[in-house]
Amino acid sequence: MTERTISFGQATLDAMQLAMRDDERVIVLGEDIGWGGSFGQFRGLRDEFGPERVIDMPISEAIIVAASVGAALTGLLPVASMSFVEFTMGAMDEIVNQAAKLDFMSGGQVRVPMVLRASDGTLRSSAAQHSESFEALFAHIPGLKVVAPSNPADAKGLLAAAIADEGPVVFLENKKIGSSRGPVPEGRFAIALGEAAVRRPGTDVTLIAYSIMVRHAEQACAELAESGIDAELVDLRSLVPLDLETLYASVRKTRHAVVCHEAWTFGGFGAEIAAQITEELFDELEAPVARVGSRRSHIPFSPPLERAIVPQKEEVVGAVRHVLGSRRQTV
Amino acid sequence: MNEKLLEIHRTMVRIRVFEERVQELFLARRLPGFVHLYLGMEAIAAGVCAALRPDDYITSTHRGHGHAIAKGVDLDRLMAELYGKETGVCQGIGGSMHVADFSLGMLGANGIVAAGCGIAAGAGLSAAYRRSQQVAICFFGDGGINKGTIHESLNFAAARKLPVVYVCENNRYAQYTAIERTTPAVELTSRAYGYGIDGVSVDGNDAAAVYATSSSAIERARAGGGPTLLVADTYRFGGHFVGDAEEYRTKEEVAEARGRDPIARLEARLLDEGLLDDAVRAHTWAEAAAEVAAAESFAESSPDPDPALLAALTRD
Repeated sequence: MTERTISFGQATLDAMQLAMRDDERVIVLGEDIGWGGSFGQFRGLRDEFGPERVIDMPISEAIIVAASVGAALTGLLPVASMSFVEFTMGAMDEIVNQAAKLDFMSGGQVRVPMVLRASDGTLRSSAAQHSESFEALFAHIPGLKVVAPSNPADAKGLLAAAIADEGPVVFLENKKIGSSRGPVPEGRFAIALGEAAVRRPGTDVTLIAYSIMVRHAEQACAELAESGIDAELVDLRSLVPLDLETLYASVRKTRHAVVCHEAWTFGGFGAEIAAQITEELFDELEAPVARVGSRRSHIPFSPPLERAIVPQKEEVVGAVRHVLGSRRQTV
Repeated sequence: MNEKLLEIHRTMVRIRVFEERVQELFLARRLPGFVHLYLGMEAIAAGVCAALRPDDYITSTHRGHGHAIAKGVDLDRLMAELYGKETGVCQGIGGSMHVADFSLGMLGANGIVAAGCGIAAGAGLSAAYRRSQQVAICFFGDGGINKGTIHESLNFAAARKLPVVYVCENNRYAQYTAIERTTPAVELTSRAYGYGIDGVSVDGNDAAAVYATSSSAIERARAGGGPTLLVADTYRFGGHFVGDAEEYRTKEEVAEARGRDPIARLEARLLDEGLLDDAVRAHTWAEAAAEVAAAESFAESSPDPDPALLAALTRD
């Protein structure tokens, strides 16, 4: 398959274009999407597919999601754009009480095949209402699938799979990697939801990350290698469904695990992963599972304070050294 | 028209008999959860749904049994759902507040007030996109009209001229709270002006008027003329739910409202016009009673759902 080097945003646009050409049931709803969306990730769709399929919505988050639910129940495959993930808070009833539950509450009469796209994470002092990461909120709700790609190729393949999926999928696009570029296969392909990828094989410690933290973890792996620490990096890609098999296989080998995400550590998705690993592999762990995440604070506007809250490579390296150090103390 | 009125009458009687039996069964502790009854409001669901095509959509509320029956949901499976049984229309998983039958375009009762309004707009969007000529009816109440979702839904549907008819069942109480206490503009049709659509008021206890008014709104929606806000004034015979102490209204007020019983009113008209005689009327009631009794036996004798269903429906 030939590849092109394109941005994360362009890769999602490729996936949208192909899905919309293949299946006229696919429609897109969101604020400003006819103009390309907040990050240009919908650019050109209205020209190709027209305003009936690329629907500029009022700034009414609840109806963006509710109309998508209604359309999904009646034969369409809507993709709803929430711009910033904080905006989903204006549609939480529609996401949690409707999209996630209607299949269940109806006794399985219907599926709700919709995708909710939202940008999350910090970027250049976007401040407290445009910087957060809410994947744990969504992953907590039965009936929602949650996807958080880390690179352009995955973004394209996972979005294709999300659109094809029969259930509601929350597709989270980190702002810092939205403009990052990478090789992306041309043409149609999908990456199954629930399949993690081992980005770097290693023997000493397993780093578990997704979205932007994969990039920071890759940098951490390189730095750790210089001091002789051979880290394995697992990119979850989707949080729900969760590929526990790949995680367990890696941790069985390395006996150490560090979970990394940009969201808050407290009550974060990393806590679930740490608990799953601890319950399954307690006897094989040589140290407690460590978590890297944001400190318990809202995201400040001040650039140095933002940096102080949000983890990057340095925090990952520190956590790995701590985990390996705590092993040496106990052996 | 005459045949339609008789059909509406049969539907209203079926709802009445069903709901009265549900009340007895709930008080006898045969039903789990809790129930919100449609007694006294039957003319609205029956009148509106009589104007629909079988493939049209409705969204409903927590007070949804009447809408379900009017849209054609099987009474056996509806009753079994209220019992939480496997043979229920939602396999006993949804219950009273979540009754849905997607094969009939009944997109669900809903435990969240006014949540159906957004879903109805989506169904209307889908129908318009597919050029299917289907219409979506959104039933909601005078409580629901103060939710933000109804504003977002009306504005969006009006902006795109979606085939949606918003039917506000104004029974004057949002749960326990009288409309005057929360809603300064009690003339609810005035809301329509803000969306550039028609707001039409109708006596919700006059089944023939509900049918006529909703028919024209539905026809206009089907023809691409966009949404209408229809406000049907009515009254809830019972409390917000069965067991409600009803301290917020007087017995005299309820008795006065019961004097405006929509079924008695329709029957008086049908008898007066010679469309109904006492024998046919008695037969209609007896038939409904037999059907509800059969539904109760069906539900009582049905098995509970298999716990394995829960994992199957979680879809991870």
